[in-house]
Amino acid sequence: MELSPELIKKIDARVEKYPTKRSAVLPLLHMIQEELRYIPDEAIEWVAHRLELEPMQVYEVVTFYPMLKRTPMGKKHVRVCRTLACALRGSYQVCKAIQEELGVELDHTTEDGEYSLEFMECLASCGTAPVVMVNEEHYDNVDVEKAREICRGLKK
Amino acid sequence: MPEEKRIILKYADEPGYTRDIDCYLKHGGYEILKKAVKMEPDTIHKEVMDSGIRGRGGAGFPTGLKWKFLDRKSGKPIYLICNADESEPGTFKDKQVIYKDPHQLIEGMMISAFCIKAKQAFIYIRGEFFEGAKILEEAIEEARAKNFLGDNILGSGYSCDLVVHRGAGAYICGEETGLIESLEGKRPYPRIKPPYFPAVLGVYQCPTIVNNVETLCNVKHILDMGGAEYAKIGVPNNTGTRIWCVSGHVQKPGYYEFPCGKITMGEMINDVCGGLFPGRTLKAIIPGGSSAKVLRADERFQGKLKDGTEFDWSIWDIPLDFDSPMACGSMSGSGGIMVMDDTTDIVQALSNLNAFYAHESCGQCTPCREGVQWMRKVTKRMCNGDSREGDADLLLSIANQIEGRTVCAFGEAAAWPVQSFVKKFKDDFEAYSKKPVVSSECGDNQLV
Ligand SMILES: Cc1cc2nc3c(=O)[nH]c(=O)nc-3n(C[C@H](O)[C@H](O)[C@H](O)COP(=O)(O)O)c2cc1C
Ligand code: SF4
Ligand code: FES
Repeated sequence: MELSPELIKKIDARVEKYPTKRSAVLPLLHMIQEELRYIPDEAIEWVAHRLELEPMQVYEVVTFYPMLKRTPMGKKHVRVCRTLACALRGSYQVCKAIQEELGVELDHTTEDGEYSLEFMECLASCGTAPVVMVNEEHYDNVDVEKAREICRGLKK
Repeated sequence: MPEEKRIILKYADEPGYTRDIDCYLKHGGYEILKKAVKMEPDTIHKEVMDSGIRGRGGAGFPTGLKWKFLDRKSGKPIYLICNADESEPGTFKDKQVIYKDPHQLIEGMMISAFCIKAKQAFIYIRGEFFEGAKILEEAIEEARAKNFLGDNILGSGYSCDLVVHRGAGAYICGEETGLIESLEGKRPYPRIKPPYFPAVLGVYQCPTIVNNVETLCNVKHILDMGGAEYAKIGVPNNTGTRIWCVSGHVQKPGYYEFPCGKITMGEMINDVCGGLFPGRTLKAIIPGGSSAKVLRADERFQGKLKDGTEFDWSIWDIPLDFDSPMACGSMSGSGGIMVMDDTTDIVQALSNLNAFYAHESCGQCTPCREGVQWMRKVTKRMCNGDSREGDADLLLSIANQIEGRTVCAFGEAAAWPVQSFVKKFKDDFEAYSKKPVVSSECGDNQLV
């Protein structure tokens, strides 16, 4: 596992911000996942070593949080909110449309590594439901038509 | 129609208002912090006490009192944490502040930190707010450059740094002791109270104050207008404004800020939110985020308020504040009002929520970990057409065995929807056994 020098610098600065090294576990994992798109075993070992922890103490964190991934996510990571306010406005239909458009199954990544599709729990945008995220970008009021449009945009 | 009174969201949606520090300063930003650092911390605390403000995160606990519980005798450093996890389904108010007016939160936090003499402050923000975290970090650097935080703030001799900490998609990190564990770099398993009241044994086993985004923003305005003046907004014991988030089956969903108790549910839904869709009638409302007990459209709510006055309300008459939804057997919780009209399949709606709680239980206590899964399985089975006689009672019995038997209030949060949905819509649940078997591709909670 190679981490870029810029990332190492960012990591060092981040660790400094906390009263204990252990507090930096989540931010470090976030940073590594941003670069590698998942958390491999070596990353767990690396973070443990950097923060003077047992690998187990990092592993238990990685396996708890839904946003931390043990396998690489697609380059375009699509997340659809499925909780009540979005479901009342049709988010399950939106999810179906996205599956069709992108040829990706729910909770899967396409074999070419292009797309991942996931259901999320309430994304704190219920007033503009249904909501969809693509990587870090957020889309409001996504009906089936708009979902197809977003997907077509991704394929370009 | 009652007028919105925007204090927290005063500028958020104003055309031309931007989230950078220059714009904030042009609108009088950081003037209250400048005033605060020249005051005695105890005087600020008194203003917060006098304001009567109650926490906006869910429980409605009086903020001044919470601060009073801080253990100062231990001599340990004190920490301030802003709870920006905003993960209660139906809630999207804190996001407006973070994305549109981040300096308001920072100013509120630095005043609060100065008041409680915090050594360091954190903002715990949910992981899905990628941009929100960046916005806050940029705003913090802007504020640091102008000495509104960091070392020797505005020459006062008081120093305090502010760090943004991102979660990673777990609802339980909104529970304050789960949040604290998460901030310490562990699994967010909530701690048992007592002894782990954050004000005594919080983060790093030090006295800690955890407050919601909206609460901390309010501190700035309390100091601006004075606690007594602030207390005149709203109604007794329910002071200030609240940001209500309306979602579901209304024409104009959104966030609306009103003085507490000065608007009723009916005015909110029918006037402010443009009413239901044409030809539809109301079925149910969840008044305070998904964990609050559901209210049925044709219920009558009767009883006595704390001050002794009797009330007899329809769902439309309920004043939106802290005490009234509570008097109706539910709660205002996080301020998330979820509206369901007559097209809603109530069993599927509960099934959808059960899936949420089953996904989000941290798994630490057996009644919660196992119970939420059972409840999810039962409603899922019902939705897939395999409803059995006695399912309603089975659901109730599971929920009743979770409530009051867990480490944290998530147990109640998961039990209350089940208890209230089943009790209030028993006919809907019983009718389910006559429904044909369906197999749905997307699962069981799709509603439409
Ligand atoms: C399961 C659960 C989830 C919670 N989620 C949140 C949340 O997302 N945001 C929040 O501010 N408070 C949340 N709370 C309430 C916090 O534990 C805490 O009471 C609150 O942040 C205190 O702030 P306040 O006094 O300003 O209201 C949650 C509580 C529970 C039991
Ligand atoms: S009640 Fe549920 S969420 Fe809370 S500590 Fe127990 S298992 Fe975890
Ligand atoms: S339910 Fe989808 S954003 Fe809240």
